Amino acid sequence: MNIDLILGIINIILIATTPLVFAAIGELVTEKTGVLNLGVEGMMLVGAVTAFVTLVITGSYFLAFLFSIISGLIISGLFAFLVLILMSNQVATGLALTIFGIGLSSMIGKEYIGTPINGLNPYFFIVLSFVIVFATSYFFYKTKMGLIFRAVGESHLSAHALGYSVIKIRLLAILFGGAMCALSGSYMSICYAPMWQENMTAGRGWIALALVVFATWKPNRILIGAYIFGGVSIMQMNLQAFGFSIPGQFFNMAPYLATMIVLVSISSNKLRIKLSSPSSLTKPFFKGR
Amino acid sequence: MKNLIKLLTIVSVFFCFFLNSAYADPKKIGFIYIGPPGDHGWTYQHDQGRKHMMSQLGGAVESTYLENIPENADAVRAIRKLASSGHDLIFTTSFNYMDQTLEVAKEFPNIKFEHATGYMRADNVSTYGGRFYEGRVIEGHLAGWLTKTNTIGYIPIPEVIRGINAFYLAASKVNPKIKIKIIWAFTWYDPGKEADAANTLINQGADIIVQHTDTFAPCQAAEKAGVLAFGQASDQSHFCPNAHLTAIVDDWGPYYTQRAQDLVNGNWTSGDTWGGLDSGMVAMAPYNNKIIPAPIIQEVINMEIALKDGSMHAFEGPIYNQAGELVVPEGQVADDGMLLGMNFYVQGIDGDIPQ
Repeated sequence: MNIDLILGIINIILIATTPLVFAAIGELVTEKTGVLNLGVEGMMLVGAVTAFVTLVITGSYFLAFLFSIISGLIISGLFAFLVLILMSNQVATGLALTIFGIGLSSMIGKEYIGTPINGLNPYFFIVLSFVIVFATSYFFYKTKMGLIFRAVGESHLSAHALGYSVIKIRLLAILFGGAMCALSGSYMSICYAPMWQENMTAGRGWIALALVVFATWKPNRILIGAYIFGGVSIMQMNLQAFGFSIPGQFFNMAPYLATMIVLVSISSNKLRIKLSSPSSLTKPFFKGR
Repeated sequence: MKNLIKLLTIVSVFFCFFLNSAYADPKKIGFIYIGPPGDHGWTYQHDQGRKHMMSQLGGAVESTYLENIPENADAVRAIRKLASSGHDLIFTTSFNYMDQTLEVAKEFPNIKFEHATGYMRADNVSTYGGRFYEGRVIEGHLAGWLTKTNTIGYIPIPEVIRGINAFYLAASKVNPKIKIKIIWAFTWYDPGKEADAANTLINQGADIIVQHTDTFAPCQAAEKAGVLAFGQASDQSHFCPNAHLTAIVDDWGPYYTQRAQDLVNGNWTSGDTWGGLDSGMVAMAPYNNKIIPAPIIQEVINMEIALKDGSMHAFEGPIYNQAGELVVPEGQVADDGMLLGMNFYVQGIDGDIPQ
């Protein structure tokens, strides 16, 4: 083993894990305020296709990421309108958002499949992903606003009684989640595998959702979880190429398996669940009551 | 007078017959695709085949396709939908549609089915596939000449052992020191993961990437890293002009046209077609003359001719398996039965086949 080989492996792990970090931190913020958005995969795809199409048309990387984030804000704003104003069921609406996102992104991208583009250097985004995670952690645990966000997620009625606008705070959190998912998608279509292909996120949105549970809703643990998952999948490729044979199917299911183990362990006693997950998660807030 | 009436009758009968055939309903032909037609790989080539068929047969046939059909119970629904909406011939274009195709075929005995790359047939189910391993021989030969690190990275999915063996046999003939590093992707379609696999192989010293997955992500990764690659299923040179050596191109058009013509003429019968370079079902994309020296291009063109006329075979004895047992004796070639059931690596390839 020489140093170049190891640096190369670390490089590939960093590139491959970053989309998981972006999507998971976005979803974590949303869930912290008590809203479960299962539309991560859909929002990632819409973000990915918007960035790709913008880049092909304008040739500007900046506009590509800007429009991608705007598309994430729009589509998550739609979700926010449905669940916060119309009080629709969060689980069903989130699933619908994923299906809608898959269809919409395929439709928008139809003409652009196979258009060659120049990929962007991913290192800026790798650094950015770490910065966002640490900033989120700081925000939640060191600022007053973060405390209010958490309060809304733990008990929206108490927060409302204290005079905080539950709807406004949840809207902000959902929009942030949408923007992060779109950023994750645009990173995929512009840096990671610079192309547009239908359904190209290939299930990473669901892994991001699993990561939030794995991290027990703590921002810094998102990094740990994401790098365990990303590292394991890249390491199994390296072992295969070195001639060890490992059942790859095992590594494909590893993230979900790990999540189940964490779920089982945090739900093994009632106190732990209370400490870990936001108490108002998936509960709709009716202002009148 | 009597003769004239006779003549008129004959003419009018012929005329009616002609009218009848000219205004006969066009035959409806359905396709089930595993991916989107725009994947520039496997499904793209099937769709090109469909378009070729339409252009050749004009108004005699109509065609429909259903895209992104997963290889599970959904496929039954999709195939049945085509079968119950008046289609006369249905092509199911991926290996794992096998059981589903047979299931629906049993319910609709009057409708003809064709299953790509399968081996289970029925009175109304044919199978067809390409001898892609012949193209692998040419790729192996090129890789043997062009590698500098003597390391080739290969990204396959299970079912393609034949291709890996053919590739290695040809490559090791030119370059006995060659090593193949294999990363199984366990998915046909995940651009991110395909790129990861290619980057991992390049990081481990591979300077030529061979893939059997569906997108051009590996070729693109090779281009970025400055190493060489082969495209898959379709000419992918415009995505990676400086890396792309050649590609095995699946050309289904003539086969689809022939089978649809048979159906229109009423002489469609169930059978199996396994076409190689000679049939045109497998073809090589243009050789990249910016990278490959002219004498080697000439060599592989000669190889193509030899594979076509049968004077050369992808699996010529003596061939040993990993355990060192002789599987094809000297002077013989592997028969189709062995090729279809091939589940061993030839001697010289490291690693085990995943179960």
